Amino acid sequence: MSRDRTHILPCCQGAVTQRCCQPALWKMTENCFMHHRTKVLTIDTMNPNVKKVEYAVRGPIVQRAVQIEKELKAGAKKPFSEVIRANIGDAHAMGQRPITFFRQVLALCSYPELLEGNEFPEDAKERARRILQACGGGSIGAYSASQGIECVRQDVARYIQERDGGIPCNPDNIYLSTGASDAIVTILKLLVCGEGRNRTGVMIPIPQYPLYSAALADLGAVQIEYYLDEENCWSLDVSELRRALVAAQQHCSPRALCIINPGNPTGQVQSRQCIEDVIRFAAEEHLFLMADEVYQDNVYAEGCEFHSFKKVLFEMGPEYSDTVELVSFHSTSKCYMGECGFRGGYMEVINMDPDVKVQLTKLVSVRLCPPVPGQALLDVVVNPPRPGEPSFNTYIKERTSTLQVLAEKAWLTEEVFNTVPGITCNPVQGAMYSFPRISLPERAIQQAKEKGQAPDMFYCMKLLEETGICLVPGSGFGQREGTYHFRMTILPPTDKLKIVLEKVKQFHQSFTQQYS
Amino acid sequence: MATACCWDCRGLLLSSYRAVLRSKEGCSLSNHPVVDAAGVEVVILFLFSHTQGVKKPYKEVIDICWGDAHSGGTKPLTFVRQVIAVCIYPELLQETTIAPDVKERARRLLRECPGGSVGKYCGIPFVQDGVCEFISKRDGGVPISPLHTGSPVQFVLKLLVHGKGLAQTGVLTPIPCYPTFVMGLTELGAAMVPYYLCEDDGWCLHVEELRRALATSRSHCNPRILYVINPGNPTGHVQSRESIEEVIRFAAEEELFIFADEVYQDMMYAEGSQFVSYKKVLFEMGPQYSNTVELASFHSVSKGIMGECGLRCGYVELVNLDPSVKQSVTSAFNTERNTAVIGQIALNIMVDPPKPGDPSYPTFSQVSLHTVEALPGTSFQAGSGGIYAYLRLDLPQKALLQAKEEGTDPDLMYCSRLLEEEGVCLVVGKEHGQQEGTYHIRICIGTTSTRLKEVLRRLKSFHLRFLNEFS
Repeated sequence: MSRDRTHILPCCQGAVTQRCCQPALWKMTENCFMHHRTKVLTIDTMNPNVKKVEYAVRGPIVQRAVQIEKELKAGAKKPFSEVIRANIGDAHAMGQRPITFFRQVLALCSYPELLEGNEFPEDAKERARRILQACGGGSIGAYSASQGIECVRQDVARYIQERDGGIPCNPDNIYLSTGASDAIVTILKLLVCGEGRNRTGVMIPIPQYPLYSAALADLGAVQIEYYLDEENCWSLDVSELRRALVAAQQHCSPRALCIINPGNPTGQVQSRQCIEDVIRFAAEEHLFLMADEVYQDNVYAEGCEFHSFKKVLFEMGPEYSDTVELVSFHSTSKCYMGECGFRGGYMEVINMDPDVKVQLTKLVSVRLCPPVPGQALLDVVVNPPRPGEPSFNTYIKERTSTLQVLAEKAWLTEEVFNTVPGITCNPVQGAMYSFPRISLPERAIQQAKEKGQAPDMFYCMKLLEETGICLVPGSGFGQREGTYHFRMTILPPTDKLKIVLEKVKQFHQSFTQQYS
Repeated sequence: MATACCWDCRGLLLSSYRAVLRSKEGCSLSNHPVVDAAGVEVVILFLFSHTQGVKKPYKEVIDICWGDAHSGGTKPLTFVRQVIAVCIYPELLQETTIAPDVKERARRLLRECPGGSVGKYCGIPFVQDGVCEFISKRDGGVPISPLHTGSPVQFVLKLLVHGKGLAQTGVLTPIPCYPTFVMGLTELGAAMVPYYLCEDDGWCLHVEELRRALATSRSHCNPRILYVINPGNPTGHVQSRESIEEVIRFAAEEELFIFADEVYQDMMYAEGSQFVSYKKVLFEMGPQYSNTVELASFHSVSKGIMGECGLRCGYVELVNLDPSVKQSVTSAFNTERNTAVIGQIALNIMVDPPKPGDPSYPTFSQVSLHTVEALPGTSFQAGSGGIYAYLRLDLPQKALLQAKEEGTDPDLMYCSRLLEEEGVCLVVGKEHGQQEGTYHIRICIGTTSTRLKEVLRRLKSFHLRFLNEFS
């Protein structure tokens, strides 16, 4: 028998006792001595950055929602028969149909024997063949180059060039990734360094998509918050950027500026002027620009248009286009595709220092490569059916219909919420969410504080328990002190969305009454 | 000390050269992942000469570096691909050529996806349940601990690795080891603590060596993790039960968290050899160990009979995790979200394959692995599992001097010439780490027998010439 550990904790010195400060670690051995082995991984010895990580979109409220679903399944009686997950931007989970053409090409890539049959149109087969030819052994199960399959990167470059009115795009500047999140975290890894006052600071919008705050916590970077202007449809004001930057320079080294356009959770679509102002600001203040553009096709409001950061940058002339460092992110998870589960994505790096680029290439090779099916999907997203091809009509019809329905739901959401006293909802100009502001009675705020909960978390938890609707409290995204919000997706099917909106309306009214 | 050399990747250069190469006729090089430094040098040298229009005695370069079955010509398993295709495009459920067990599996998986689509975000509980059952069966019914799907090794490393100076987390790492693991340690800021596997003893793990490595490491870091690869990469060594027990006892004494990388567990080829999991052994050692020793056990769809590297999916089972960290681990996991649903489908099939009697069972067959005979001037500790052969080169003194004159490493010189003269691309031992003054090459044997025969033919031809030249 090997050496036993006989670490007796000071409180139990000389005594064998059943109770101890850490009962879980006390074990009986064959000769009945109590002793304990210190775990290698405890909450105190864990990577402290991991502890700081919070991701509200799948946080405690979602965990409670999952629990409730289990309770319902087990037959528990509730005032509702299902949980509606309006917390996460997962289009297919809420019933959005995939684009047929994309699924056909992916099915062909997965099981190439289907190329011999007659079930699939020629344009789908042609794309599948082309992708498979570029894969090791003709299989999507082989590793690809770490930067991504070359022909896919070429297709992405062509897509960007067309989108941006002919501004050249070099495939070598394209890095495929596991969704956009992976690419964002990779760039942040490159940027974060230094100690104390030299520690990297990264500017992020408030409200923001909590991937950013989670990544910054994980990397131990300094979070520099700039507030979007709720009174002006969540627009970005450069003077606010300046204020945040100056304050931050006291305690860190600001290096990067993140923009989400169209915005998440706010849905605002930045004007061209605003984008120019941001680029100018980044140039003046020597900041690395990170443009999260995953919702670029989700633009609904009259008078709004998506302007890519790269396009604007290049139209501002060489003074900016030759110097400002910019990375732009996109993915297959949003827009009209909604294929979150495939984890397809890319980033384009512009004006990146060549030595850093070598390091970036090295960094992405540690994970070997992004999932190949996601790369294949991305290829067909940037290379969809063209006019004249067999699948074009169906493709256009499906795409238009999906975006149209989203636009209608965006408008519907804004309209309904603005009829509720105590709820104000800015126009949902783009993306997939509404982020209405809710006014909460003082008593409710007090109760929340007593429970140790953020007031909007308290509100959302009550909403979940009473209606089965799962939203994410605004505190998970950041908001001005003393204001409260929630984020709700516009993804449930229209009929269901109408019911959800009605229920939230009723709940808000009864909640307000209850706590007045 | 092992040459823990430049784990750098110069893939950018490589892809430029590859682009040039592809534009030349008469030679093909399929789209392979970025190779590590030594490999890159080798290929660059080759590609450079090729762009000079030099004629070669071979039409095709054979890249036998990677543990990538499909790139090596192995066909994907039909059942796996049919299920995936049907899940992606459920209209195929109407297809008469698709077997009923394929349809049944696809239907089951689609039912588990809200919205009935594989386009939803990851985390299918049904898949997790299947993994639990698989582990339970494999290990003879021992209790199941929390587990996750995704890119597991980096995820779990991140939970543990932190600190600087003396507090920097140290990870005991076998030498030889595969390069991307070490790169991952560097990325996270962990200290690599090398322990040498014993080549003369069939690459087995000696606890005294673990003890030595641990003792020396304490002067410069805080060693907390013991990483073992079983079956080994690149060695192919499969640990005996006694060896596993020794390691567990050592980890218990020294308070180390065991990371058991068991991704090659299905690739056993030696007669009579058997894989036994760390978890099973742990639980059979009684509660003194089974209730206390922290273990992370890893598996993946990349290796094994499916060889679906490109789908990027695996799992980790975390055993004896302290209750205080469970919530943080769950939160961290929920933020990760890197597993493609397609990968999870493959994982589901891996842990719950067609059974005897199922229509697809006959075609769902084991990949046959081929062994490699030693050549004169090489020695080979034949493994019992895994998908690589790791040969030691006994290079003549003259060759060592030549390498010195050229300003390169002897094994790198060997591999560069092999690539030039025979069009075979191997992994240089330098990239795995090796004892000073020893030289190795790694060949992936998880490939078609035709391809492997050709590789060995070319290697033998080159090797004998090389020995002759430097005798």
